[in-house]
Amino acid sequence: MSAATGQQHPLKLYFWIWGLLFLFSGFSYATDFLPHGYFRWGLILLFMVAKAGFIIAIFMHMAWERKALIWAILGPPVVLLVLIALMVIEGDYTEFTRLSSFSAPVVPAGHATAEEHH
Amino acid sequence: MTQSHATATHAADTETAWQSIATDWSADRQTFHVPWGKAMMWIFLLSDTFIFTCFLTGYMNVRVSTATPWPNPSEVFGLEVFGVSVPLLLIGIMTFDLITSSGTMALAVNFGYRRDRGRTAALMFMTAAFGALFVAMQAFEWTKLITGEGVRPWGNPMGASQFGASFFMITGFHGLHVSAGVVYLCIVAFKVLRGDYEKRGYEIVEIAGLYWHFVDLVWVFIFAFFYLW
Repeated sequence: MSAATGQQHPLKLYFWIWGLLFLFSGFSYATDFLPHGYFRWGLILLFMVAKAGFIIAIFMHMAWERKALIWAILGPPVVLLVLIALMVIEGDYTEFTRLSSFSAPVVPAGHATAEEHH
Repeated sequence: MTQSHATATHAADTETAWQSIATDWSADRQTFHVPWGKAMMWIFLLSDTFIFTCFLTGYMNVRVSTATPWPNPSEVFGLEVFGVSVPLLLIGIMTFDLITSSGTMALAVNFGYRRDRGRTAALMFMTAAFGALFVAMQAFEWTKLITGEGVRPWGNPMGASQFGASFFMITGFHGLHVSAGVVYLCIVAFKVLRGDYEKRGYEIVEIAGLYWHFVDLVWVFIFAFFYLW
């Protein structure tokens, strides 16, 4: 079908994607029963990316659009990775300074008094 | 419109700077070969992507920087069902509710292009109803957290005080999008039913659908990063 008549695709495809979205949402929910760690976080990201991909490509019809539109929309968010990277670095640094300067009182050498042993 | 282009070039000597800008930008060229409303909706959604990413990045920043343990979302959002506490139950139901609404919306777009007005409007009203149910569950969740657990934007009894601010800001802004989407869908569905688009075509249903799928898309990321992480 041409762009003039709009996006028209077989219903079967939508039902398939709908089913897959349910399945992957179930998988996502199931990760909550795993212990925290790289395995759990990896699965969370995997299912998240799969669901986002199905929604954008099929439900939002991005798979059938022309390259000019695809790149204009999906390209710019890539720069957000820079923001995320900067904020991870900054956040880690903030945590480091908090732990080194503001956490449980550090007993200065030769100044151990009773009140600091709570 | 080569004629107007030639005129524009000819008039170059007399036109002002602003007129020349207007001439160049209004030249008869098209980059995106889709209805203009669809291109505009995509660009709006792109800007919304930046807003939500800023919120989620801000949340990530306060979460990695706090020296106090973060409240466990699995327990905070758990529900007790017949004496058994099920982790993250309400959020799971909300997720499936939104996925269901995304499916009915996709079908509505399909029936719109088939010019099946009755089914298109019915599916859009169904989508809006699922959206309203989502907002209702979110209202229940907020009430439970505010009155039951004592969560405030500036603190809470469970752990890091930034939890409340992140939670209310992110889910609140998303809930606002869902609420606006419910109104938007109802208006378009009503106009579909009335036959307003018989001449113009049913791209409008697809454009409304883009917005609705985006709201579901944002929830996928909120679910992963706020509730599961």
